[in-house]
Amino acid sequence: MHLSPDEIIFWQYGFFKLNATLAFTWGLMLVLTVGSTLITRKLSTDLHRSRWQNLLEIIITAIEQQIAEVGLSQPRKYLGFLGTLFLFIAVAALFTVIPGYEPPTGSLSTTVALALCVAVAVPLFGIQDQGLRGYLKSYVEPTFIMLPFNLISEISRTLALAVRLFGNMMSGTMIIGILLAITPLIFPIIMTLLGLLTGMVQAYIFTILAAVYIVAATRVRKPKPDLAAKI
Amino acid sequence: MLIDGFTVGAQVFNFLILVWLMKRFLYQPILDAIDAREQRIAAELADAAAKQAEAQQEREVFQRKNAEFDQQRALLLNQATDAARAERERLLDEARQAAVALRTQQQDALRNEARHLDQALRHRTQQEVFAIARQALTDLAGTSLEERMVAVFAGRLRDLDVVEKERLTSALKASPSPVRVRTTFDLPPAQRLATEAVIKATLGVETPVQFTTTPDLISGIELTTNGQKVAWSIADYLASLEKGVAELLKAQDSPEAAPELEEPQIEATR
Repeated sequence: MHLSPDEIIFWQYGFFKLNATLAFTWGLMLVLTVGSTLITRKLSTDLHRSRWQNLLEIIITAIEQQIAEVGLSQPRKYLGFLGTLFLFIAVAALFTVIPGYEPPTGSLSTTVALALCVAVAVPLFGIQDQGLRGYLKSYVEPTFIMLPFNLISEISRTLALAVRLFGNMMSGTMIIGILLAITPLIFPIIMTLLGLLTGMVQAYIFTILAAVYIVAATRVRKPKPDLAAKI
Repeated sequence: MLIDGFTVGAQVFNFLILVWLMKRFLYQPILDAIDAREQRIAAELADAAAKQAEAQQEREVFQRKNAEFDQQRALLLNQATDAARAERERLLDEARQAAVALRTQQQDALRNEARHLDQALRHRTQQEVFAIARQALTDLAGTSLEERMVAVFAGRLRDLDVVEKERLTSALKASPSPVRVRTTFDLPPAQRLATEAVIKATLGVETPVQFTTTPDLISGIELTTNGQKVAWSIADYLASLEKGVAELLKAQDSPEAAPELEEPQIEATR
């Protein structure tokens, strides 16, 4: 019983090592890239298009729409980062149906890495949007006293992102492992299905939270007309 | 230890590579395809809208032309109707005038015919009267018409009053030309001599007498000179006879009124 796929080490040379987390991550990257390439190789701009193209268009437009609904006025600018977060976490959870597979998101190292990416990307987007001075000024608002609290908030929310995703993915794997030992029939399958749902929800939550952080950092002044109309 | 430093770094690196790969192989092509399709649809919609607008415009043009055509047609029809009406009036007028002219002509012809008939009748009557008188005189009195006529003429000359005789005498004297005696038929030499003798005896003027025969003009015997005239004629008798015949004809015609000339009726047909 492993708590994390980090513990399965295939090869190690001093500081460098090749564990299950990295191996499965590469596998996912390969699948995603090759799949995308295969589908987008012959895209049609006609009214008739393949089912795979339809699927990808639905997924991507849905992500774009979600980002816009959170409050980012230029969703395509953030689509690369937020969309990849969602796809990586979702596909990592989806592949748990394959026997012997360990989701890389079940490793705290991976979730920390993703949370760190978010923690770095948010200030970068904020600075890009309102300049370094404007972004730093947001830490001392409404008063200078708020600076430590804002900093603590940054750290804690990054930690929360990492631990939430890790906890959920790890628990899924753990529960299945325990259930296999206790009731090897039926229940593990149900829990696997439940784990799929949990994985999708976690992917959504992680992405939306990242989007919300970016929105907070970029300080949207003008709400989108669509959103305003909905409210 | 749950967090492995190398793995964290490697995963960050992996994630960044994945972001680039996804952008390169997934988002960009798909978004490009979606944009291209949207542009294409927008272009098609714009094209359709343009075509619709064009069709609308053409429809309006067609409707306007149609209306103009209708107006023109109505105008032309009105003009044609007016022209036809005027033409009909003109033709009717012409026909009426022609009818009136024809009727006048017919009436003139009838009048002429009546006059000719009248003249012929008078001439014939005169001849008949002379013939009857001559015959009756020969049969009953054993004398000729010429003889009696000259005798009556001589009697009339003798019976002229003094004033008239003097006027006639002065006229005869003033006239350089001979006295003209005109008769309906030729006088025998005995009557000519008798006439000359009566003129000489009555008027006391020695003048040559010229006898002429004018069967159509005079109904008897007539002496004319320089505006003065003495005559015996059956014209009075004839006038009396004519009057009597006219009254007789009138009496015959009145029960059954002479059919009047019917006025030509021209029916206007539309």
